[in-house]
Amino acid sequence: MFVKKFIKAPANWTFLIIILSLLAAPLFLSVFRINLLGKFISYAILAIGIDLIWGYTGILSLGHGVFFGLGAYAMGMYLKLEAAHGKLPDFMSWSGLEHLPAIWAPFSNPLSLLFIIIIPALLAAVIGYLTFKNRIRGVYFSILSQALSLIFVVLFIGQQAYTGGTNGLTSFQTIFGLSLAADNTKYILYYASILFLILVYTYCRFIVNHRIGKILIAIRDGENRVRFSGYNPTIYKIFVYISSAAIAGIAGAIFVPQVGIISPAEMGIVPSIEMVIWVAIGGRGTLIGAVIGAILVNGLKSGISESFPEIWSYFLGLTFIVVVIFMPEGLVGLVKKYASHLFTWHNKKEKIIQKAPSIN
Amino acid sequence: MQIRFLRKMKKKTALAMAALFVSSAFLSGCAGTQASNSNNDKNTIKVGVLHSLSGTMAISEVSVKDAEMMAIDEINAKGGVLGKKIEVVTEDGASDPAVFAEKAKKLLQQDKVATVFGCWTSASRKAVLPVFENNHGLLWYPVQYEGMESSPNIFYTGAAPNQQIVPAVDWLLKNKGKKFFLIGSDYVFPRTANKIIKAELKAKGGTLVGEEYTPMGHTDYSTIINKIKNEKPDVVFNTLNGDSNVAFFKQLKDAGINTKDLITCSVSIAEEEVRGIGAGNMAGQLVSWNYYQTTDTPENKTFVKNYKAKYGQDRVTDDPIEAAYDAVYLWAAAVEKAGSTDVDKVKAAAKGLEFNAPEGKVKIEGENQHLWKTVRIGEVQADGSIKEVWSTPGPVRPDPYLKTYDWAKGLAN
Amino acid sequence: MDIYILQIFNGISVSSIFMLAALGLAITFGLMKIINMAHGEFIMIGAYAAYIVQNFFTQYLPASFFNWYFFIAIPIAFLLAASIGWVLERIIICHLYGRALDSMLATWGVSIVLQQLARSIFGAPNVDVKSPNWLNGALLLSPGLQLPYKRLFIMGMVIICMLIIYYLMYCSNYGRKIRAVMQNRDMAASLGINTRKIDSYTFAFGSGLAGIAGCALTLLGSIGPTLGTGYIVNTFMVVVLGGVGSLWGTIAGGLLIGTGNTTLEFLTNTTSGKVLVFTLVILFLQWRPQGLFTVHSRSLDE
Repeated sequence: MFVKKFIKAPANWTFLIIILSLLAAPLFLSVFRINLLGKFISYAILAIGIDLIWGYTGILSLGHGVFFGLGAYAMGMYLKLEAAHGKLPDFMSWSGLEHLPAIWAPFSNPLSLLFIIIIPALLAAVIGYLTFKNRIRGVYFSILSQALSLIFVVLFIGQQAYTGGTNGLTSFQTIFGLSLAADNTKYILYYASILFLILVYTYCRFIVNHRIGKILIAIRDGENRVRFSGYNPTIYKIFVYISSAAIAGIAGAIFVPQVGIISPAEMGIVPSIEMVIWVAIGGRGTLIGAVIGAILVNGLKSGISESFPEIWSYFLGLTFIVVVIFMPEGLVGLVKKYASHLFTWHNKKEKIIQKAPSIN
Repeated sequence: MQIRFLRKMKKKTALAMAALFVSSAFLSGCAGTQASNSNNDKNTIKVGVLHSLSGTMAISEVSVKDAEMMAIDEINAKGGVLGKKIEVVTEDGASDPAVFAEKAKKLLQQDKVATVFGCWTSASRKAVLPVFENNHGLLWYPVQYEGMESSPNIFYTGAAPNQQIVPAVDWLLKNKGKKFFLIGSDYVFPRTANKIIKAELKAKGGTLVGEEYTPMGHTDYSTIINKIKNEKPDVVFNTLNGDSNVAFFKQLKDAGINTKDLITCSVSIAEEEVRGIGAGNMAGQLVSWNYYQTTDTPENKTFVKNYKAKYGQDRVTDDPIEAAYDAVYLWAAAVEKAGSTDVDKVKAAAKGLEFNAPEGKVKIEGENQHLWKTVRIGEVQADGSIKEVWSTPGPVRPDPYLKTYDWAKGLAN
Repeated sequence: MDIYILQIFNGISVSSIFMLAALGLAITFGLMKIINMAHGEFIMIGAYAAYIVQNFFTQYLPASFFNWYFFIAIPIAFLLAASIGWVLERIIICHLYGRALDSMLATWGVSIVLQQLARSIFGAPNVDVKSPNWLNGALLLSPGLQLPYKRLFIMGMVIICMLIIYYLMYCSNYGRKIRAVMQNRDMAASLGINTRKIDSYTFAFGSGLAGIAGCALTLLGSIGPTLGTGYIVNTFMVVVLGGVGSLWGTIAGGLLIGTGNTTLEFLTNTTSGKVLVFTLVILFLQWRPQGLFTVHSRSLDE
């Protein structure tokens, strides 16, 4: 029943096609491009999480880089210890540490990979509980989350002996005993990324298709009315914030072995805002838009920046402006409008997710 | 019924087509660049140039890129290397270590370049290091750095700590006083450099009265200057980076501190940075490098003349620019000697190679792939130039791990 | 003893810089509810305006005039930033009223474009703005206690700007109209106020104030394309902490964050100081989400 319903929706259809093309991509592309595409998939996963919280619930977090970074650092710490072969990781010895710090100790165990989800989820739970319970929302939450990402970047840079400072964590050798430099490992990682993309997409689709999804949209469109109807929006908001943070953590963990580095530069304010922009360009409140936006924007970024680094900045800036003002529903919204005009097709059920006003 | 079904199908196909279009456009975009990258042109040798052309580090790295391009053009004008012209693939690291890693992979795996000239920050070098080691590439790194590294796949043409920091501290202790205050931006180079300085001070009878780090881009130094005033050091050893230097020197001058009471010695400020700070705010302060625009060698006169002719009379040359320029010539000489661009052969040929650089004679130390360089301490002049006040008699042997210094035992592990 | 007095002075000085940088934001964000992420870029525009005026003076006017260039630079910085702000409001911001979160994203795009524009026009490296001679040096109270003229000058500027804003907002016809529009747009419009005109003038005024801040900041810091990015989070925190829409709030927020920053920096170090201040602000907002000074209103969804 679920499968049948799943296939029926056009968005899921499109998702299937994207997955199929991603699966087939290694037939056409070199290992380098596959590796790059793997990175974009990690961004797509991240974007789905942001869409869940922003597109559906109307909470604009400008600090998702932190959750992405925490997941990535958890993965990086594990890989770093695997590369160190029982010795002290290189950056610790030149920062003057003599013993492995206690926060690093658990990461020699593969079970510690659970921290990829647990740490971002815990942080999100604490922050979400405080802020949502105190009814901080809208722009206040956005500015707060921005301060959060600033705090974490300064902290991670300052604690060089524990985090590697601005250099971050790099020089990983193997993952579960497989050499990261080998082509086969790269293909395995690539297909693993696709698997996680499918899992995360299905999870989010499941949420938004069920009753809780309707409540999330209701919170977005009128939180006080939801409250007056007898629901407690706080709990739903905390839940969706935690989900989104955990998804960002997973994305970070997928990012690290494929890119080979995680540094505070990936978790700051600028990357955090860029993440939101992918979703805006793809089309918020659609999930599929997040996937398309993330892959497309980053693909273009890699492509254009290779030849025109200066024009890229103008292009990026103008795209933000045009998309936000004139295409609030993003690419997906545009296609939808275009398709419905062309075939005079209307589906009342889809109307629910069309309007994405900013909060109140 | 059937019509409705058809309509539905059409809608689905439209969406599917759109999705297919988007994904195929992206994939073909990738494939397109891939096709043009085939390395079948046998009359040229491809090299990569990888610097930040956008973002915060563009301030410094654009000039270094210019110097490398100038050296390549000069070599090409003389007939190239091994009778082939050098073809440059430029990539933008965008001041982001992860992008550096991505672009390094592209240069080595897609473009299959013979060598890469690039990077500035330690973070970017550490990010590309595993890429070069795993793909057996060759990187020429042109900036002074914190040492404690010697990758078989990197040649370091900037100063190691013992060619810049260590002799500077030694000279300051002898000539300016024993009380040191360390100030730096919060990242790897200042922290490691200060660790070395602290060990040296301890061994040579200096005292440390303060150590402060500020986040990158910090703009208010009033509190730190207050702390400095309170501690009354003889020397402030400055490893601040970028914009922070402007704020620090402007505010230091306003606080009524002059160079007679307290002298600063900087290792990240060269002629280019002095212009942004304003020469008036920095006149009389000390810096330590291996090269200044005023360095008196015949090679330097032509180098400065050519650089200004090519990029404009208002441009200045400085240490990293010169080191980047040397790197290209050293690589070309090694290739000529090896008769091949093969990484192992070039590395073997590069051992002991000498070059009459604008800074004087430099030599590649085979053991750690750093350069023998002359150390020079300079004083910033009111017109923004830097006058040499002291130099070592000849080139100093590079020692990135400071193995030959007794007091540095235990620093490198 | 001197060191502590000087530290109090530093705290007030840093506060005044934060206030000056946040004043424009207090108007565009506080009154108009536009989250202008390009606010830092208006500060940058002001700084480059000072650079242009300085170059004009050194090139075309006798050297004796140079000392007075700053008095020309301040109004020019205001006018330049205000006119760019006005254009921006007419083209982009006007679509964004009532869409606070969207305004944040669109103006982020604006900030990218403006930064790159500055890079194309003035080049990527920092430029040097020389401060006029009469601002060099310090007021000597005792040998250990020197108060730099530049910092005193900036404090003076903040006070003058505050007075002007206070007069405009609370004592003039224009200010009454602004407050009316911001409180109830429809009602104001039906009473014959041209709300479009008020919107664009107000946004231009806020941007112009940012320009003045930029002009003043050339005295203390670097002038480059990314100059504004360092201030953006700080200034938002000042406005949010003080309470959106309240002039007194901005003063209080600036004072708290400024003195908090310098005091904690003095007691610990710069990094910890920064982290501690932001953490304290976040915790404080949990307790008082509306900030220190709240503007009371009966609407449910503020």
